Amino acid sequence: MVIQQALNSLQLGSIYALIALGYTMVYGVLRLINFAHGDVFMVGSYAALFLAVSLHCPLLVILPLTFIAIGLLGVVIERLAYRPLRNAPRVSAVITALAVGLFLETIMLATIGPEPKKFPALVTTTLYTFGSFTTTNLQIMIIMVSIILMIAVDLFVAKTRTGMAMRALSWDKTYAPLLGINVDRIVSVTFGMGAGLASIAGIFVGLAYPVIDPYMGIMVGWKAFVSAVIGGIGSIKGAVIGGFLLGAVEILSAAFLPSTYRDMIVFGLLLFILLFKPQGFFGLPVQKKV
Amino acid sequence: MVKNFLSAVSLLGTVAGIIVFFSCDKSDSIKIGLNAELTGSVPVVGKSCVNAAAMAVAEVNARGGIALADKTVPIKLLVEDNEDKAESAAAVAQKFVSGGVLAMIGPNASRNAVPSAVVAESNRLLMISPWATNPKLTMDKKYIFRACFTDDFQGNVVAAFIYKKLGLRRAAVLFDVTSEYNKGIATVFKESFVKTGGTVAAFESYSTGDKDFTAQLSKITAAGADVLFLPNYYNEVPLQIQQARQTGFTGSIVGSDSWGSEEILKLGKDMLNGLYFTTHYSADMATDKARKFIADYQARYGSRPDDVAALTYDSFGLLFESIQKAQSRDPEKVRAQLSSLSKFLGVTGAMEFRSGSGSPVKSAVVIQIKNNAFTYFDSINPL
Amino acid sequence: MKRKLALFLLFSAGLTCALCCDFLRLLDPYVAQILMYIGINIIMTASLNLVNGYMGEFSVGHAAFMAVGAYTASFFSISVFTHGPAPVVFFPLSLFAGGGAAALVGLLIAIPAFKARDDYLAIITLALIMITKSVFENIPWFGGPAGYSGIQKYTSLSWVFVCAAATVVVVRNLVNSNFGRGIIAVRDDEVVANLVSVDTKRVKVLAFVISAFFAGIGGGLFAHLIQFINPRTFSIIKSTDFLLMLYLGGSGTLVGPILGAGIWTILLELLRFLGIWRFAVAPVALIMLMIYRPRGIMGGKVLN
Repeated sequence: MVIQQALNSLQLGSIYALIALGYTMVYGVLRLINFAHGDVFMVGSYAALFLAVSLHCPLLVILPLTFIAIGLLGVVIERLAYRPLRNAPRVSAVITALAVGLFLETIMLATIGPEPKKFPALVTTTLYTFGSFTTTNLQIMIIMVSIILMIAVDLFVAKTRTGMAMRALSWDKTYAPLLGINVDRIVSVTFGMGAGLASIAGIFVGLAYPVIDPYMGIMVGWKAFVSAVIGGIGSIKGAVIGGFLLGAVEILSAAFLPSTYRDMIVFGLLLFILLFKPQGFFGLPVQKKV
Repeated sequence: MVKNFLSAVSLLGTVAGIIVFFSCDKSDSIKIGLNAELTGSVPVVGKSCVNAAAMAVAEVNARGGIALADKTVPIKLLVEDNEDKAESAAAVAQKFVSGGVLAMIGPNASRNAVPSAVVAESNRLLMISPWATNPKLTMDKKYIFRACFTDDFQGNVVAAFIYKKLGLRRAAVLFDVTSEYNKGIATVFKESFVKTGGTVAAFESYSTGDKDFTAQLSKITAAGADVLFLPNYYNEVPLQIQQARQTGFTGSIVGSDSWGSEEILKLGKDMLNGLYFTTHYSADMATDKARKFIADYQARYGSRPDDVAALTYDSFGLLFESIQKAQSRDPEKVRAQLSSLSKFLGVTGAMEFRSGSGSPVKSAVVIQIKNNAFTYFDSINPL
Repeated sequence: MKRKLALFLLFSAGLTCALCCDFLRLLDPYVAQILMYIGINIIMTASLNLVNGYMGEFSVGHAAFMAVGAYTASFFSISVFTHGPAPVVFFPLSLFAGGGAAALVGLLIAIPAFKARDDYLAIITLALIMITKSVFENIPWFGGPAGYSGIQKYTSLSWVFVCAAATVVVVRNLVNSNFGRGIIAVRDDEVVANLVSVDTKRVKVLAFVISAFFAGIGGGLFAHLIQFINPRTFSIIKSTDFLLMLYLGGSGTLVGPILGAGIWTILLELLRFLGIWRFAVAPVALIMLMIYRPRGIMGGKVLN
C-alpha cells in the first residue's frame, strides 16, 4: 500500500513540479507571480487535445508541438500584458496577471464550451501488478519524462549562456543590462520555457485524468504556486522538491483522512514550513538594504 | 474630495437609472423562470433543460398560450444560468421572486436545488425541480415540487437491484461528500444494502472538483468489494472507473440517475460497457406520448433527449396542467392544484402527488450500457 | 468646518434616500439588489484598502474575513436571537458579532505578517483562505459543504448605506491620524519606520484587525442578502475580485475603492447581455487600464 501511494504521489508531484518550475523561473527573473500560469497549463491541455483529435498526431509529435505552441503563447502574453508594466508598481502586474488568467478561461469557455471533454488515450495502458501494488506504463512514463525535463531545465540554467543570463537577472535586475544582457530576450525565453513546461504538465494531466474542462487550471495553478514557495521561490531545485512534497501530502492525506480535510492539511503544512523556513527550503534569504 | 465623491455618486446613479429603465417589463404574458446549470461542471444538464423548456413553451404558445377563462395567455420563458454554484442558484431564485414569475423550474442538481428551494419557500415562490432527487428538497415545504422520484426510493432500488438481480453481497461506495445528491443517495444505499443483508466493505468520499481518486480506490480494491457504487456526475464517473481499473478493481460497477446523460458515453467510451445504472426513463421503452416527445425533440435539436430533458418537459406539463385546472394565474391556486394532481401521464411515466408531498410517486428504470448506448434493462415500481 | 457640514448633509441625504427606497419600495428589487451589492463591495474594498493600499501589504485573504463574518452573523441571527428582540435591534448586533469574530482572525493573521511581506504574505493569506474554507466545510453545525441556509433577508439599502459610510469614514479618519501616518510609514519603508520609533507591530495589528472587522460586517450583510452561504462562495476568486476592484479604482486613495467597487459591479451587470464574453471583455479593459494608468483610476492623486 505504501509503495502504491508513493507512486501515486510521484505522479501527482511531477505534475505540480513541472508547473511550479514555470512560476519559479518567471519570479526569479521578474519578481512577478504569474497568476495566469495555471490557465496557461489548461490551454496547453486543450491544445494537445486539438492536435490529437483533429490532426490525429501521435504523442511523440504532440509533446514538442504543444511545448512550442504554448511557449509562444507565453511569450506573446508577456509581450502584450507584462512588458508595458515592467516599471510599474508590482501590484499592477499582479492584477494584470489575474486578468489574463480570467481572460484565458473565458476564451476557452466561449469558444470550446463548458462541457468537459474527453482527452484521448494516446497511450494504451498496460497494468503492471507487483504483489501489493499496481502501476501503469502511463504512470511510469509521466514520472520519468518529468524528471528528465527537470534535469534538463536545471542543466540549461546552470550551464548555458542563456541560463547564466537568467540567473544574473534574478540576482540583480538593475545591473544585468550593463553586462550586455538583453533583458527583453531573456525574459521572453523564461516565459516561453515556463509556459512550455506547464503545457507538458497539461498533456500529462490529460493522459492521467482524461476529462478536461476550462476551470481545471485554477486550483492546480495555486497549488503549484504553493509548491514553488515551499521550495523557495526563485529556486529550480526548490520548485521540484516543493512539487513532489505537495503531491505526497495531498495523496497521503486523502489516503488516511476524509478528503475534506485535505486542503486544511496542505495549507496548514505550508504555514508550518514557512514559520520555520520563511524563505522556503532552498530560497535565498532576503536581505534588506537600509 | 467632496466633488469627487459627488461625481462618483452621480455616475453610479445614472448607470443605476439605465438599468432600471431596461429592466422594466410590461407585457401580459405568464412568466416562468428557468434556473439552469448552463455553465459549471454539468453544462449538458443545463442545455437539455433549456432545450426541453423552450420546446414545451413553444408548443403551448403555438396554440396561443394557456386558455384561461376569458382569454388565452402566452407564456414567457426567462432563462438564467446558475453556473452550477449554490449561491448563484439561490441568487437566481431571488431574482425570479423579484421578477414576478408565476413559477420557477429548476435547478437540476440537488446541491443547487436545495438552497434555491429555501429561498423559494420563504418567498412563497412555486418551484418545480425536474431532476433533483435529494429528499431534503421538498421536506417540510409547501411550495416546492419535483418531477422525479427521490433518493429515498432510488437508494433502495439500487440496493435491491445489486442484491437480488446481480446477486452480489460485498459493496463499496465512492461518493462526493461535498454534494447533496451524492452524499444523500450513498447514505440511503448503505443503510438499505446492509438491511437487505449485504455488507458495505468500503465507504470512501472525495470533494467536488477532485480528479485523483487513486488513494480512495486503492483502499476499495484492498477491501475486496465485488461491486462499486458510483452515484456521481457524468464528468467524474469516467475518471473514477478508469482509476478503479488501474488500481486493480475487477468487480461490477453500478451507477445512479446522475449517469443519465449520453455525454457520459462520450467521456467514458469502452470502459462503461456492461455497467448498470438506475434512472427516470428509457428511450427504448417509450409510451406513445414519450415517442412523440422524442421525435419532436430530435427534429428540433438533432439529438436524442436525455432524462433531464424528459423531466423538464414533464415539469412544464405538470405546471401547465395545474394552471389549466386552477383556471387562474394566482400562484396559490396553481400550487393547490399541483399538490393534489393525480394520474398525470408524462413522458417519464405516470405520476401523482399524494398527501401534500411535493415528491411524486413514480417508477424507476434500470439501464445497461451496451455497445456505447443506453439499453433498457428493468423497471421497478413503487410499493 | 464647512466640509464637515457638507459631508454630514450628504450622509443624511443618502440615508433618507435609502430609507425611502426601503420602506416605500421605490426601486425595482433587482436594481436595489445591485445597489446593495455595490455597497457591500465598497465596504470590502475600502477595508482592504487599509491593509493593501495604505499599508502597502499584499493580502489575498479578505474573503476569509468575509466568510467568518458571514457565518458568525448568520449563526447569531438564526440560532442566538431566535426568540430575541426585533430584527432592527439584533441584526446590527449579529453584524457586530460577525465583525468581531473576523477581527479576531485578523489578529491571528497579523502575527505572521510581522515577519513576512509581499509575496510571502500573499502565501500566508492564501493559506488562510484555504484553511478557513476547509474549516467551514468540516464543521457540521454550519451546514458543512452543503451550506448554511435559512438566513433571513435583513439586509436593506439603509443598512448597507450606513455600514458603507461608516467604513469609509473610519478608514479616512484613521488614515489622517497619527496612526495613519504610521501605516503609510510602514508602507514606504518599514525599517526606517522602526528607526523613527513607529511601533510597526502595533500598527500592523491594528490595521489588520480593523480591516478584518469591516470585512466581517460586509460578510454579514452579504449573507443576509443572498440568504444562503456555503464555503465555496468565499474562495480565492472572491478575494481576487476585491483585489481587482481595489486596484482598478486606485489603492491608497479614499475614493478609489468606492469607484472601483461601483464600476466593476455595474460593468459586469451591464455586460450581462454579452453572456460569457463579459468575462473576456472586462479583464481586457482592466489590462488596458493597468497599462495606461497603472495606479488605477484615482491613483496618483493625493486626496484627503
